[in-house]
Amino acid sequence: MEDLKTTILNYVVDEYLDDPDEELTFDSPLISAGIVDSFSMVSLKRFLENKYSISLPDDRATPEAFDTVNKIAALVTEFMNK
Amino acid sequence: MSNIGDYKERLAHSDWSEVHEELDYRPEGILNIGWHCSDRICRQGKGDKLALLWENVCGHEKRYTFNELRLASNTIGAHLRKLGIRDEDRVCLFMDRIPELYIGFLGILKIGAVAQPLFSAFGDESLFVRLDNAGTRAILTQRKHVGKVRKILDRLPQLEHIIIVDHDGKKALEDRESVFNLAEAETVDAFDIFPTRAESPSVLHYTSGTTGQPKGVQHVHYSLISQYLTTKWVLDLQENDIYWCTADPGWVTGTSYGIIGPWSLGITQCVLDAGFSAEAWYRFIDKHSISMWYSAPTAIRSLMKAGEEVVKRADLSSLRHLASVGEPLNAEAVIWSERVLGKPFLDTYWQTETGSIMITNLPGMPIKPGSMGKCFPGIQGAVLNAKTFEPITEPGIVGLIGFRPGWPAMMRGYWKNEKVYQEKFRNGWYLPGDRAKLDAEGYFWFVGRDDDVINTGGHLISPFEVESALLEYEAVAESAVVAKPDEVNMEVVKAYVLLKDGYLANQDTELEIMNFIRKKLSPLAMPQEIEFVGSLPKTRSGKIMRRILHAREWGEEIGDTSTLEDDE
Repeated sequence: MEDLKTTILNYVVDEYLDDPDEELTFDSPLISAGIVDSFSMVSLKRFLENKYSISLPDDRATPEAFDTVNKIAALVTEFMNK
Repeated sequence: MSNIGDYKERLAHSDWSEVHEELDYRPEGILNIGWHCSDRICRQGKGDKLALLWENVCGHEKRYTFNELRLASNTIGAHLRKLGIRDEDRVCLFMDRIPELYIGFLGILKIGAVAQPLFSAFGDESLFVRLDNAGTRAILTQRKHVGKVRKILDRLPQLEHIIIVDHDGKKALEDRESVFNLAEAETVDAFDIFPTRAESPSVLHYTSGTTGQPKGVQHVHYSLISQYLTTKWVLDLQENDIYWCTADPGWVTGTSYGIIGPWSLGITQCVLDAGFSAEAWYRFIDKHSISMWYSAPTAIRSLMKAGEEVVKRADLSSLRHLASVGEPLNAEAVIWSERVLGKPFLDTYWQTETGSIMITNLPGMPIKPGSMGKCFPGIQGAVLNAKTFEPITEPGIVGLIGFRPGWPAMMRGYWKNEKVYQEKFRNGWYLPGDRAKLDAEGYFWFVGRDDDVINTGGHLISPFEVESALLEYEAVAESAVVAKPDEVNMEVVKAYVLLKDGYLANQDTELEIMNFIRKKLSPLAMPQEIEFVGSLPKTRSGKIMRRILHAREWGEEIGDTSTLEDDE
């Protein structure tokens, strides 16, 4: 689980973070803080689906479910186990 | 009692010049939006009234009275003047929704320079195209965005000053960079405001068309007249209102109605510098007792998706009046807001070029959910025959929306692009590029765009711009970009891509292309879907037929294909 969270966090930092000095944690808000907007969320969802060979239904890939790395990791884990 | 009173009475006696006296403006005299939005309000004895209540995602607040707004905008203006910025120079604002963005806008106008606000999520290429076209001399930005500026600086010799408003001293400044910290700067009380006149340039917003690069829409200080009156009558802002416009000032709604409208009326406004979250938005309304809320259909539909339980966790009883802008507001959203929020969102229609609201639902007017409403008093609008450009008087017939030029906030031209500006007029009508129909009672009903421009979440995206950027990705041989229907954003960008030999059409390539466009242009322009194809439909002369792909996405009839190169 920690590896998965770290992978997601690193991807978010590399791809979406404008300010290289900003420090993100597993609990940092992403969508509600505007780090990942609703349009960019589609590419983050696609990354997770490709990386973990899962399919996230739109009704589960909500702004709330994507708001922190912890929440994303929980969602990904749920679908990896299905 | 609403500000507008009786709509029919206002229609019969509509005269923009009646606003002059309210705004202390004499024709041929000085008219400066920066002064009108701060100094003038202080002269009215409202200097201690709260002008801006800003909050970020952490709940950290900053508050500015109208007098503090006056002083802070003087201070920014004085700093720019000290750097040598003069009247009519273009000064870009490239920031998140922080106080310096709003205050800097007024400061730029106070020295007679032209404010050029740009959406801070723009990628470096989108930024370059707009700064290069405008010949921008200075940019006010944050350290988190300065990296994008540095990437394009070599190609922008005219950009003399990169002013960082939140520099913390941890990293060294680079070429042409300087620091301006508003909180630490010496406050400027007495300030010579540049004597701009009605037709002096004020704001340069960029918008996208079907072909060519984005166009700079030139506005002048006289736009204040209709921005003031539409704010007063449509948004119905009253002395004790607490107002929230959710638009980013990188787009025209965020300046016309997120700065100029409310502050020229001396109204308190709130700004939430955060991304979208239904819970956070409702909490913001509750916390600050917001009474007037101007938002966008995409946001409203996102709130609908978030459900009604989250609504119940906040007290929204302060809401008195709601309005919407960006793309057509569907009937379901109007009905939902009336049922769940207790007030219907009133749809308003206008665009970057019009500068102020043109067709609208107004307080007191019977609302037909899904309709755009009627013309604002003083606006002469019609649905025109697409061939003759004569008004269609029969209800239910689809035609082009047209407006008779002459309202105060109308653009005065496209920057360095007179030819395209002239093409916007036919038979004495200005054509915004949308199709609509009228009903028997004179209400306008939106039908769609008259061109290939994609309206995603209220933002216009040029398919040409995305296609051009796609070609810069090494694996792409050809592409065609069209609008795809979307439940929340109305439309999103979809790209049909033909790859070069040797490249694999798989999910990894799709993600790489998405991220390439997102960083180069913006998240809005990023294709939400990419379909890899073996060929693209073309005319015999080789032009890609976007309309065939568009029809496929929307389940429409493909129409005449006699010029098609070959049938797939």
